[in-house]
Amino acid sequence: MAVVVEMPKLSDTMEEGGIAAWHKKVGEMVEEGDLLLEIETDKATMEYESPEEGILLRIVKDAGSKSALNAPICVLGEKGEGDKEVDAALAAFGSGSSEAAQPSEEKPAAATPPQTQTTQTQAVPVAAAASVATNKKVKASPLAKKMAASKGIDLASVNGSGPNGRVIKRDIESYNVAGSGSAVSAVAAPMAAGSVIADQTLPVSMMRGTIAKRLTSAKNDAPHFYLNRSVNMSTLLSWRKDLNAKKREGDPKVSVNDLVVMAVAKALRAHPAINVSWQGDHILQRGNVNVAIAVGTDTGLVTPVIPNTDLLGVRQIAVIAGELIGKVKRNEQVDYTSGTFTISNLGMFGIEEFTAIINPPQGAILAVGAAVARPWVGADGTIEVQPRMSMTLSCDHRVIDGVVGAKFLKTLSSFLENPLGMLV
Amino acid sequence: MAELSIREALGQAMAEEMRRDPDVFLMGEEVAEYDGAYKVSKGLLAEFGAKRVWDSPISEAGFTGLGVGAAMVGLRPIIEMMTWNFGIQGFDQIINHAAKMLYMSAGQFNVPAVFRGPNGAAHMLAAQHSQSVEHMLATVPGLKVISISNAADGKGLLKSAIRDDNPVIFLESEMMYAQKCEVPDGEYLIPIGKARIEREGTDVTIVAWNKTLPLAAEAAKALAEEGISAEVIDLRTIQPMDEEAIFKSVAKTNRLVVAEEGWPFATVGTHITARVQEEMFDELDAPVVRVANDFVSMPYAEHLEHAVVITAEKIIAAVKKVTYSA
Amino acid sequence: MAKGVSKDQKIDFYKQMLLFRKFEEKVGQAYTKQKFSGFCHLHIGQEALAVGVQQNLRDDDYMISGYRSHTQAIGKGIAPESVMAELFGKVDGCARGKGGSMHMFSKEKNFLGGHGIVGGQVPIAAGVGFAIRYRGGDQVCICYLGDAAANQGQFFEALNMAATWNLPVLFIIENNRYGMGTDITRTTSVEKLSERALGFAMEHSTEDALDVLNVYDHVGKIVEKMRKDKKPHLYEALTYRFRGHSVSDPGSYRTKEEVESYRAKDSILKLGEQLVAEKIASEEDLKAWGKEIKERVKQAEAFADNAKIADVSEAWQHNYVDTHS
Repeated sequence: MAVVVEMPKLSDTMEEGGIAAWHKKVGEMVEEGDLLLEIETDKATMEYESPEEGILLRIVKDAGSKSALNAPICVLGEKGEGDKEVDAALAAFGSGSSEAAQPSEEKPAAATPPQTQTTQTQAVPVAAAASVATNKKVKASPLAKKMAASKGIDLASVNGSGPNGRVIKRDIESYNVAGSGSAVSAVAAPMAAGSVIADQTLPVSMMRGTIAKRLTSAKNDAPHFYLNRSVNMSTLLSWRKDLNAKKREGDPKVSVNDLVVMAVAKALRAHPAINVSWQGDHILQRGNVNVAIAVGTDTGLVTPVIPNTDLLGVRQIAVIAGELIGKVKRNEQVDYTSGTFTISNLGMFGIEEFTAIINPPQGAILAVGAAVARPWVGADGTIEVQPRMSMTLSCDHRVIDGVVGAKFLKTLSSFLENPLGMLV
Repeated sequence: MAELSIREALGQAMAEEMRRDPDVFLMGEEVAEYDGAYKVSKGLLAEFGAKRVWDSPISEAGFTGLGVGAAMVGLRPIIEMMTWNFGIQGFDQIINHAAKMLYMSAGQFNVPAVFRGPNGAAHMLAAQHSQSVEHMLATVPGLKVISISNAADGKGLLKSAIRDDNPVIFLESEMMYAQKCEVPDGEYLIPIGKARIEREGTDVTIVAWNKTLPLAAEAAKALAEEGISAEVIDLRTIQPMDEEAIFKSVAKTNRLVVAEEGWPFATVGTHITARVQEEMFDELDAPVVRVANDFVSMPYAEHLEHAVVITAEKIIAAVKKVTYSA
Repeated sequence: MAKGVSKDQKIDFYKQMLLFRKFEEKVGQAYTKQKFSGFCHLHIGQEALAVGVQQNLRDDDYMISGYRSHTQAIGKGIAPESVMAELFGKVDGCARGKGGSMHMFSKEKNFLGGHGIVGGQVPIAAGVGFAIRYRGGDQVCICYLGDAAANQGQFFEALNMAATWNLPVLFIIENNRYGMGTDITRTTSVEKLSERALGFAMEHSTEDALDVLNVYDHVGKIVEKMRKDKKPHLYEALTYRFRGHSVSDPGSYRTKEEVESYRAKDSILKLGEQLVAEKIASEEDLKAWGKEIKERVKQAEAFADNAKIADVSEAWQHNYVDTHS
């Protein structure tokens, strides 16, 4: 039976073999162990002894040619065998049924070591933290990032106290007490001329430090512009008087500010372009209207949030605002972070007009003064005395242009001067 | 309970195990007649005789290999390296043979041997006698690596090491042999692969072992006075490592400093750092900082030596860096 | 000849050597057919030593060797099927396909491994001798090493301990004259490698190892003495490998004439002639045995071909022993 001799693998790195010389001629008898041919491997020219015995029937690969490993290079057989048997042997070799065929079992499949097995996971957008997602390069420790995400804090709005401004755990923890960008009420120190009272060095509290950092960065980062307008409060004030006169047992007393909050919320719903936040490479237009109110405390300033303000009636606003202020005064935990717009009202202190610093990452803040009786030239040209309230809108010019702000103030003014407009 | 030095506790552990199991024997340079270069084996020759306590020739490769062969056929050798600097001569037998025997033989031949001795720098012994080998050996699969910092752990872990069916590297320190603490009497076994909390804290975790453990404890004490609360973990076993203990502590403190002897490149500390960032990334409030000896051979002169080795001050500086309180 | 060798023993020696020869030839062919890969060092030409030593051993004696140890492993009792399956990387191999050509092991047969670090097995053998003494047994440990391993430091350290402490180890240097492709005379200062033992006052000998009867007799005397006095012995066995260092060795460092001169002294050839001359066997018998053994080897190959590969989880097993007392 004709036997195919294949190109042997003669080194651990050999990939093909060259036929250097045949030492047997076709028709010659070959004993097992006889020098059959010389093969060039990648390392050396090697003598190759015949693994079988028989007559050399055919040389498949001539001297000087190359052959793939385990491809036929010659065929040995018995006396009397010819082309027919050789072709049959080669065909059988090719079909893999020869003795020289590879063992039939499968090679071990490349497997992943169990300890490194990974399940394919897809990045899932975190909907709740969407308002925090920001591509702005903010340096923060991994822990601070995780804490900020869970609290819904925009890292860009947090000033880092670590190296190179890295936001770290303590910055997120103290972020709670930072808030409104409105002006901080200043207590005028007595300045007696020629006073010899010594200066005092006061420690910077955590809250004070945070306010300092946040407001500095807000004023530095956001290009502010200001729109001022005053409104006639006579209708609103009589509305308020009427409401409080008719309040039932358990109803809250409605303040001017509660009415302003309601009007602002309704105006924001009508002007979503004000309910926005600059995010560096994109602008976030908030879906909800969450009005924050600036509240001064003994230690500083905070901005508790009235969620979904535009959906609330004025009495509901009064109740929630009352609760929030109570909690702030008692140092209890409230939501300071989800506000989309802030109102700072210093009217109760007799302030007629002022400007406020935007509370990042919000896009605008409204500074509200006292309603003061003033002579006013009415539409018909006559002079009458009206309770006028001044409002100043501070806008982040990166997201809000002058006309947009002006239109918002126009709507807000109409709501305040004609409260029935809020109902339609 | 008795107050014992580390050398006494290690000697006690060996004596108890030799009484318990006749297959346990001790071999090494000067371990018999001389009672041990550092007197760890004091009294063992007297109690167990020359058949079980062998003074070896100065042939670390040879007697390390002898230990491997004896262990393959069922004995339980304790091979003492006078110092692990000499033990490096036996690394071929430890790495190429002891560590791989079980694997190459597909579970047929295990090597229940302990290779023990002092590791790391002592004092003014210069470049060839001051090296740390834990990272070189802990990287090799098949070996267990233990490094002790006190007498009680020394006893409990050496007894466990002698009973372990795998080759165990046991690292001590010349500088610490005289340090004493309360050691439980008799049967006292500490499981291999369990770290110990030396001191609890909340602001930062310091992982240390062997000679850096007292440095870490000293640093923690000083930091407490400044209002920084450090948790100190004694790793005790390098391989297999108690990652769980480290992760748990970092989850609490959010900051990690690793304090180790030896050079700072590709070490146990770098491994811990890598694992913590892999598994605890979102818990970290600061990069992990490693403190080690400097990347130079050990100088001889005292002030030069002091300049390049790890100190409590260097650990304190690292802690301040990660707690942002520098 | 001090030790009498019966007719049956001679036939046995002949068949054993032929088995080793045919086994290794089959291994070489299987390698060229890519049935396995990696390193492959054949023992062809050195069979007389393996058989002559083996015939003097008991089952409870120990053996440890270097990386040219397929047939020594078979001699110590591991089935040819198991060794071939190991070469093919199969789970039915004597090391479950995790050792391969250089790392044959059998705890059951006291075969402590082929080892791939030249000379690394020598102190381990001293440790086995130590354990024999420690337990008061009368076994011996055979430690095979190549001529080149006799220049490793560990060899000297191990000989010193074995001689100093009387550890019953027979260190056998298989001197086939070449450390890979380097002629021994170019790397070694002594004429006789056994003289290395002089430095340790150890008993030693240099003896021909191409004649199986000579090996059998010589080793028999050494082992018999060692069982009693525990003294180690360094035996330099003069042998020759007919094939290259490994399968990929072209043999350019030695002449064809030299190889032919050794092939003429082939122990298998010689013993066959002797069996015929002494009328213990006929030419036909030899042919028949040859056929029988070829079949035996084919059987081993078929077993290895059909054997299963390990589940891939095997890769992570045997890193550590899980339980301890």
